[in-house]
Amino acid sequence: MTAPVGYSIGASLVQVVLVVVGGPLLIGLMAKVRARAEGRVGAPIHQPLRDLRKLVAKERLHAQHSSVVLAAAPFVVLAATTVAVAIAPLVTTHPALGASADIFVIVYLLLSGSVAMALAGLDAGTAFGGMGSSRAMTIGALAEPALLVAVISLSIQAGTSNLPAIVTSTLEHPTLTSGPTRLLALVAFMIVAVAETGRLPVDNPSTHLELTMIHEAMILEYAGPDLALVTLGAAMRLGLLFALAANLFFPWGVAQGTSVPGLIVATSALAAKAAAIAVGVAVIEVHSAKLRLFRVPELLAGGFVLAVLAVVTGLATR
Amino acid sequence: MSATPRADHAGPAFTDRSLTVGLFLVALGLALAGAVAAIAFPGALRVPAAASFAAAASATALVASLEVMISGRTVVFHSMSVLPLTGLDLALDPLAATFIATAALVGVASSIYLIGYARGAMRSRTAVALFVVFLLSLLGVPAASSIATLMFFWEVMALSSMLLIIVEHRHHAAAREAAQWYGTITQVGAASILLGLLLLTLHGGGQTFADVAAHAPSLSPTVRSSAFVLVLLGFASKAGAVPLHVWLPKAHPEAPGPVSALMSGSMVAMGIYGIVRVGGDLLHGGTMWWWIAVVAFGVVSALYGALHATANSDLKRLLAYSTIDIMGLVLIGVGASGALAATGHPRVAQLSLVAALLLVVAHAAFKGCLFLAAGSIERATGTRDLDRLGGLIRGMPATATVFAIATFSIIAVPTLSGFSSEWLLLQGLLHGFVDHSAATLIALLLGVIALALTGGLTAVAFVKAFGIAFLGQARTATAADAREVAPSMLIATALLCVPSIVLGVVPGVVVPLLVRAADVGLARRGPPSIARGTGLALTGFRGVITPALLFVALGAAFALVWGLSALVARRKTRRLEAWGCGREVQTARMQYTATSFGEPLQRVFADVLRPDIDLEVTHESESKYYEQSLAYQNRVDDAMERSVYRPVIDVARRFGVAARRIQNGSIHRYLAFGFVALLVILVVLA
Amino acid sequence: MVSAPVTEAADAAPEGDSVATFAGSLQLRHVDVGSCNGCEVEIASAFGPVYDAARFGARLVASPRHADGLLVTGVVTRNMSGPLRKTLDAVARPMVVVACGDCAVNGGIFNDSYAVEGTVADVVEPDVRIPGCPPHPEQITRALRSLTGR
Repeated sequence: MTAPVGYSIGASLVQVVLVVVGGPLLIGLMAKVRARAEGRVGAPIHQPLRDLRKLVAKERLHAQHSSVVLAAAPFVVLAATTVAVAIAPLVTTHPALGASADIFVIVYLLLSGSVAMALAGLDAGTAFGGMGSSRAMTIGALAEPALLVAVISLSIQAGTSNLPAIVTSTLEHPTLTSGPTRLLALVAFMIVAVAETGRLPVDNPSTHLELTMIHEAMILEYAGPDLALVTLGAAMRLGLLFALAANLFFPWGVAQGTSVPGLIVATSALAAKAAAIAVGVAVIEVHSAKLRLFRVPELLAGGFVLAVLAVVTGLATR
Repeated sequence: MSATPRADHAGPAFTDRSLTVGLFLVALGLALAGAVAAIAFPGALRVPAAASFAAAASATALVASLEVMISGRTVVFHSMSVLPLTGLDLALDPLAATFIATAALVGVASSIYLIGYARGAMRSRTAVALFVVFLLSLLGVPAASSIATLMFFWEVMALSSMLLIIVEHRHHAAAREAAQWYGTITQVGAASILLGLLLLTLHGGGQTFADVAAHAPSLSPTVRSSAFVLVLLGFASKAGAVPLHVWLPKAHPEAPGPVSALMSGSMVAMGIYGIVRVGGDLLHGGTMWWWIAVVAFGVVSALYGALHATANSDLKRLLAYSTIDIMGLVLIGVGASGALAATGHPRVAQLSLVAALLLVVAHAAFKGCLFLAAGSIERATGTRDLDRLGGLIRGMPATATVFAIATFSIIAVPTLSGFSSEWLLLQGLLHGFVDHSAATLIALLLGVIALALTGGLTAVAFVKAFGIAFLGQARTATAADAREVAPSMLIATALLCVPSIVLGVVPGVVVPLLVRAADVGLARRGPPSIARGTGLALTGFRGVITPALLFVALGAAFALVWGLSALVARRKTRRLEAWGCGREVQTARMQYTATSFGEPLQRVFADVLRPDIDLEVTHESESKYYEQSLAYQNRVDDAMERSVYRPVIDVARRFGVAARRIQNGSIHRYLAFGFVALLVILVVLA
Repeated sequence: MVSAPVTEAADAAPEGDSVATFAGSLQLRHVDVGSCNGCEVEIASAFGPVYDAARFGARLVASPRHADGLLVTGVVTRNMSGPLRKTLDAVARPMVVVACGDCAVNGGIFNDSYAVEGTVADVVEPDVRIPGCPPHPEQITRALRSLTGR
């Protein structure tokens, strides 16, 4: 069934607002879990939102040797991530442009965001910018393929690479969720999510040592509203990846019809699932040390192999 | 002179068969006129005149081929007056027209580019004439419909491009070595192709393609397979398939700018054309194993090319390896198509082949654009070494913009041509999983893996290329002083950005034309696997994207974010020194270089790339604890060349040295050789 | 894994002039211009489990571009006066300067040294001064709270 255009656009707007607000909240939640594990009270969960509001009111700083690339990159990242969030099946299986919500589209929208950030890092003309770009692109080069192949294993089961169709198909065949394909794909997906969002054990989001930075090093030059856009973009990417993990593997709660109460239920369900995943990732973070930079490719290669195994088992158990 | 149409479904009313043929012949004639103009005209007039003829020839050929692709009909031409013994046979069917259009597209841009680019040795009569002849051969190869015509144009193409590489050999010694490797491999390949095609004319049968196609079913499977293998080796080496690719990273960088664009954009595509034409059309698809071999070539090429692109800091060498990468993906598509056709899934086969053809066209546009822009950089700064560039966006903003568009296209940023073609290729592989034979499944799986991995690696390579060359601070004085190049060069480069955008935003306009070409390549007429429309909507499978809507959505999102930001964040922007931890002096040398950018990946894949790392330390004479000088070298050579080709060449050289002992100058020994040879022949004939 | 936090209970939120700008969110870049690291130990303790300044919205960041101000410790030595000025320039306005410890406020025990250029006030007027050699983590936390208003 196809939903009326008004519903789809409304649902997509709900998704965007949810991820814009929920992404930073998830980050705050993960910081809170870490604080509690350290025996502290920690900052409130909505601290990242407070930080964003304050940043918007500050002045913008551009490096002397930078060009339009550094100035435009935050907007490009946020635009690409917003479109990805709007068309992904997060609260409904009929998002706007849902027909184009292909896994290839989502992965490459995220990749475009990474490319924009990497170019901005090089545009700053500093040693750290280049270092951050180089490391982030290297990790992205190994993580994006694993993500693509992991979701392709789901596409094989559903017969299409369209994400809303995959979610619908999982809801129609719930026994699939406990099969070996799904479990392998889930593990691979989570490894990639951790790498792409810059969490431990791949990257320490709260490090102060530039030589240990990956994502942070690319954005050292940004201040004020630019920093707010970049931080929000990173938070939305985290929200999107966790929400996709929730919906592709545990889709119960997603609104399949066209009713407003269904949307409300779906929003709460998604928030609960994403929060649960965030807490899980935070617990793993607390118990992990950051990997040496050249051990990260081994982790990502492991994730890739698991994704390939997921595809193989998917083909074998058709 | 005759023009005989085949009876087909109705097309647009205004086309007349002889008009299309006439147009194409006019195109060839204009190219010949251009070559004559190159030789006849003096100094300053030479290049603009020849280039104008060449551009006009390309444009005419483009119109003719588009006409064929839109109407779907085939036109033929035969003349005994050009090649006396066998006659010249030309046929324009949709498949040939696709490749002619590809060559013509890059041809128009390269010709216009030549006007501003030609300087020094490139302005000479020979060089300009060769350029036009090269273009002519690129238009002729896909149009050939007999073995003789094909080999004629093939050899002209090989010879003219080889001579063009050494045009500037007085300035670049490496050009001579490049031409040697190129010449050798391309001639061996041509011999292989000729041998394979001749095998198909065994036991009778004429040499025109129609005759060969009619005769092929009566040949034994062994003969057909051997022919295909020989032909595959020749065409695959032209397309840059690993391990027959070693000429590509040498030749493409050394050739002058517009020649590199033609070579990388359309000449390598001729290899693909040959495989599809011979394997798919003439031999009616063959067995599954042929195409599994093609997929294998493709997977290895794609991964190898992408890896080496991330490890190179010579801009044109990086682009050359990227060509190997994309051609590998095309081979995966062609192979998947053939394998699926051979196992009885015609619809998916058509989809895969259309994807491969779309990738060929898209690649010609963005790779041609990248090579022309690289030529512009070389003109403006005098170097191709990324480690000596930087900050070019300030002095060369227009070149930076077109380079950026082409870069985003090749990285497969959504709503550009690279994205549309790679999506279609992925769909072809994904829906091909419907087959159940293990070999096809493994081949398709490897194809998917290669597609996924090369996507990430290509992103690294091109972020490096664009970022290090154009962004940040200039690393040398020449880079700081770089100024924008001549308008003709800019216009030509920008011209090739247009297809990248059009094929990305509204691919549905071009793809139905490619469906007809794919039907020719599969030697069957089937229902189209892609519906008409602006986007890409698969029929018979579930899969659709509408890049036009995505483009609008992205534009709207960008405008929204920008507008909100302008509204809410009101403070002025301050420009100041980059943050360097408060250190007193910040220089351009503190930036990352291309080598350092690719170094993490080089380390991860050190076993494949086998970098040559050497640290030479010279100690002070008084004490070994003090160093006088250090020399560090980190070189990534082509791994295949070092581990396979050079040992073989060494063995051959040693054999040659050993064989010299036979030539000791003694007449008696030579007479004895002749006598023994005569005896042996008499014994054998008896 | 998670037991009750060991953090000391917080007093009522103090008043401050800059509260409106940095309400609930203050990121500071720490600059050591010539400190003996005694203040650094106390700052680390202020952000540690017992005093936990983070719950009031304060945080230390790596880049002055990301910061709302500088947390300066130590007396301004000749070698570090240039970097301090560069760091001040690199912070996005509006900004605050917090002088932490006696050395930063009035030179402390290093006042007459030949290597010293002056106190923080000789380079830029601090918005908040935290006296003490070293200051108690509670004093540091209170100073931060006067900026965040929490």
